Amino acid sequence: MTTPAAPRREPDLPHHPAHGDVVAPPEETAALREALHRVLDPQLTERLATDLAEAADPAALLRRFPAAGRRYGRGLLPGAPDGWRVEDAVRTLLLLRLPPDETAAVAERVYREGDAAERRGVLRALPHLPVGPAGVELVRDALRANDPRLVEAAVGPYAARHLDQPAWRQAVLKCLFIEVPLRAVAGLADRRDAELAALAEGLAAERRAAGRTVPADLALIAPG
Amino acid sequence: MRIFDPHIHMTSRTTADYRAMRAAGVAAVVEPAFWLGQPRTSPDSFADYFDGLLGWEPFRASQYGISHHCTIALNPKEANDPRCVPVLELLPRYLVKDRVVAVGEIGFDSATPEEEHAFAVQLQLAVEHELPAMVHTPHRDKAGGTDRSIAVIRESGIDPGMVVLDHLNEMTVRSAADAGCWMGFSIYPDTKMDPDRMVRILQQYGTERMLVNSAADWGHSDPLLTRATGEAMLAAGFDADDVDRVLWRNPVEFYGQSGRLELEGVDAPAGEAEPGPPPGSYAGNSLLRGGG
Ligand SMILES: [Zn+2]
Repeated sequence: MTTPAAPRREPDLPHHPAHGDVVAPPEETAALREALHRVLDPQLTERLATDLAEAADPAALLRRFPAAGRRYGRGLLPGAPDGWRVEDAVRTLLLLRLPPDETAAVAERVYREGDAAERRGVLRALPHLPVGPAGVELVRDALRANDPRLVEAAVGPYAARHLDQPAWRQAVLKCLFIEVPLRAVAGLADRRDAELAALAEGLAAERRAAGRTVPADLALIAPG
Repeated sequence: MRIFDPHIHMTSRTTADYRAMRAAGVAAVVEPAFWLGQPRTSPDSFADYFDGLLGWEPFRASQYGISHHCTIALNPKEANDPRCVPVLELLPRYLVKDRVVAVGEIGFDSATPEEEHAFAVQLQLAVEHELPAMVHTPHRDKAGGTDRSIAVIRESGIDPGMVVLDHLNEMTVRSAADAGCWMGFSIYPDTKMDPDRMVRILQQYGTERMLVNSAADWGHSDPLLTRATGEAMLAAGFDADDVDRVLWRNPVEFYGQSGRLELEGVDAPAGEAEPGPPPGSYAGNSLLRGGG
């Protein structure tokens, strides 16, 4: 059987006519590339160069994206931000190879069709991609999940820039609730406000009433 | 006793089952895609189901120290519904995912031409993706259905060592053995195969290419019958190494042919009790009920 031309369940891709701005400064994206090259042996480095060269074609990217973990590794990536894994950085570089005006649509597709690791990879990549606010629905989707790996990846610099304040407060509260460390939340010091502190106090009061411990991280948003 | 249940439908089971399984020694499982009791009516609900097998269910399992893998396919029952057949076009995108260790469950239910078509197409997908295939043998006319399955497998050209014929019994084990396929046995509480009959089959046919599973799902079934079978083997004079071969090394060898088993941290040899992470914790995070 030949590979079918188009999957029946195409997600409804919004049309993003032009590409948007990038959240991360270029030196952070360059640092990812360097961190990756430090951990890959020469054979894998060569394989990555080939995969990246091909990934400018979205069809090739769709084949390589799911296999990034088994081809390059799943361990933590030294020199990358907290919690980043080798496969996250590979997936970021793959997405960066796309033509800018196709990036948002392809990122959405690989997220929607992805397993948990692929979805985390897209969330990690978002601040490095020229997608403007087009990825914010993916962040909202991940924040509805109960999988801490996704929630943790969703509250990074991209959410700090593009998520509205009420949704952002709920995201921080959810982190407390499912015990994602608040150091994962980008821009916490800048965006925390009195309403978030009040929500956190409510959570603390509920925990105390139930005789349960209050998450230590709560002090980061509700001092006193 | 370390146990790898090569066929169990965890989506239908509770967290109490996960806890009891881990306590009984189950450290790895394969969940084959199958039907859900209630028929589905569109490929979209299959996609959501497959996504759950790749996303939420492995996460749930990991909280109890169990490594979860899956097989993906259009099952034979629903292959008869023209509304579901387009699922076949979705499969290539799932068969490249991590932790997808076989194409399955495929095979015959009522032995219709529609079932045969889906069976043959999916065996080719297994060959193309270098994956093993898990073949469900029918509950009605099992002997005829098994022989017919073997004919379709032969015709496909797939290496029989990449195929498990599952739900076998005393009547069908010989043809599966002669075909060179792996032999799967589902141990059920009342009917079909039970631990003592399983032990007799192992005494007669040996432990090579033998897989024992609970096939536990939403029906009357018991996820601890793999352990019960291991104990029945010991009581009948098999040694701990035989039990480890049947309940751990065989499934690792069969599904290992996919290159996608992830057993780091759960594959301690038998005897070295490995308690796994405390129940309810995952990578240092606990998952709280209704979190969000
Ligand atoms: Zn089954």
